[in-house]
Amino acid sequence: MSQIPTDLKYTETHEWVRIDDEGVATVGITDHAQGLLGDVVYIELPEIDSEINSEDEIGVVESVKAAADVYSPLGGTVVEINEALAGAPQLINTDPYGEGWLFRIQVDDEDELKELLDADHYAETVAAEEH
Amino acid sequence: MGQHTPFYDQHLLANAKIVDFAGWDMPLHYGSQIDEHNKVRQDAGMFDVSHMAVVDVHGQQAQAYLEHLLANNVARLQPGKALYSCMLNEQGGVIDDLIVYYIAPGSYRLVVNAGTRTKDLAWLNKQAANYAVTIKERTDLAMLAIQGPQAREKTLKVLDKAVQEAASQLKPFNFVEHQGWFIARTGYTGEDGFEIILPAQAAVKFWQALVLVGVHPAGLGARDTLRLEAGLNLYGADMDETVTPLESNLTWTVAFEPKERQFIGRAALEKQQQNATRQMVGLVLEERGVLRGHQKVILEGKGEGEITSGTFSPTLGHAVALARIPAGDHTHCDVVIRDKLVPVRIVKPPFVRNGKKVFK
Repeated sequence: MSQIPTDLKYTETHEWVRIDDEGVATVGITDHAQGLLGDVVYIELPEIDSEINSEDEIGVVESVKAAADVYSPLGGTVVEINEALAGAPQLINTDPYGEGWLFRIQVDDEDELKELLDADHYAETVAAEEH
Repeated sequence: MGQHTPFYDQHLLANAKIVDFAGWDMPLHYGSQIDEHNKVRQDAGMFDVSHMAVVDVHGQQAQAYLEHLLANNVARLQPGKALYSCMLNEQGGVIDDLIVYYIAPGSYRLVVNAGTRTKDLAWLNKQAANYAVTIKERTDLAMLAIQGPQAREKTLKVLDKAVQEAASQLKPFNFVEHQGWFIARTGYTGEDGFEIILPAQAAVKFWQALVLVGVHPAGLGARDTLRLEAGLNLYGADMDETVTPLESNLTWTVAFEPKERQFIGRAALEKQQQNATRQMVGLVLEERGVLRGHQKVILEGKGEGEITSGTFSPTLGHAVALARIPAGDHTHCDVVIRDKLVPVRIVKPPFVRNGKKVFK
């Protein structure tokens, strides 16, 4: 079974979001997603300062097996990307909710968070896919 | 639920991610495909290949039958030697690729792919009609490939003492048989090692003994990246009945000599030799990005082709692929990756042998 931390928000496209007090959201892909992909070998991330809308295709995670698009869960400005992934893409496999994070955005409208799934609903999405 | 090999419970114990492969529940990986790949390149790994079909061919006319059936020539073999060959239809299309082992006069063993088992057996039986041979599929056996620079040394430690000496002296593509065990110095990874066919009831004990001497379980995922680095074709991806060995980088496996040997597909291949339109080549992308099967290949002004299989190469740290493209001397082409044209180099496979880069 893949892990789905209860303190995070999720998308149907298998991204997770953690928002801090200053409205900065950290985004990554879920344990379920990394498990399906297998060993990650390349990552393409958005550029810092780029303005993005929710559901924009803003990155790619490529594994030995497949390439998966990454969609932004929220609109805002990219303020940081995880530079460590360029040299160690396997962090996405070994620590998807920690060191394997992808990028951070300063969120425009925190109300958009309400559109995201909580852990229970995401677990249902995953369960539905597995059947 | 699919069929299970005799090693199935061992896969579960080793935390395998199980996937369906041609109706069999097989291990894709045991945690990390790349780790398993590297273990085989640097140390020793083992692959359960019991889903492949073992077919024994016996009878007075076994040699004549196989000389007709296979594009490579079994008349080249001495007892104790193995040969790689394609089995063709009349159009020269590849029904399957296989290994044939010459045991003794009138006695051969074939190992064919799992995904083609049913059609292969039908073809083998159909072609046997005019020969004094019997075709028998062996479902009482297990098969394990142990591959890597340390594979032979580690395997020898756990083999029956009575066969250790003979096994240690095997040359590549030779085999030895001992009390129902069949030990061949062959493989599908570009590394040294053994492929061992053994009684199913001995499988679990053998697996466990190999684990204890430090042979690492490796799944189908690593098997695929290893064979692709080694430039070895995968049936169903790199070739099928719509292409010939000449279009599959396998011309070396077709024995046109002696001229009087009338193997199935010969006429079609001879015709194609005069007028080849397609070839199989290796592609190398030294920058970021991954080449994958079915991506389009564009040779500007000279036509198009397709990647038949591609992957990130863990040994090289960049992507490699096999592709079928228009005939001719080409050095560069473009591949369409996610709607973008990406320039790649055309090389002659293999990419990796015995742990080292070999293409230029």
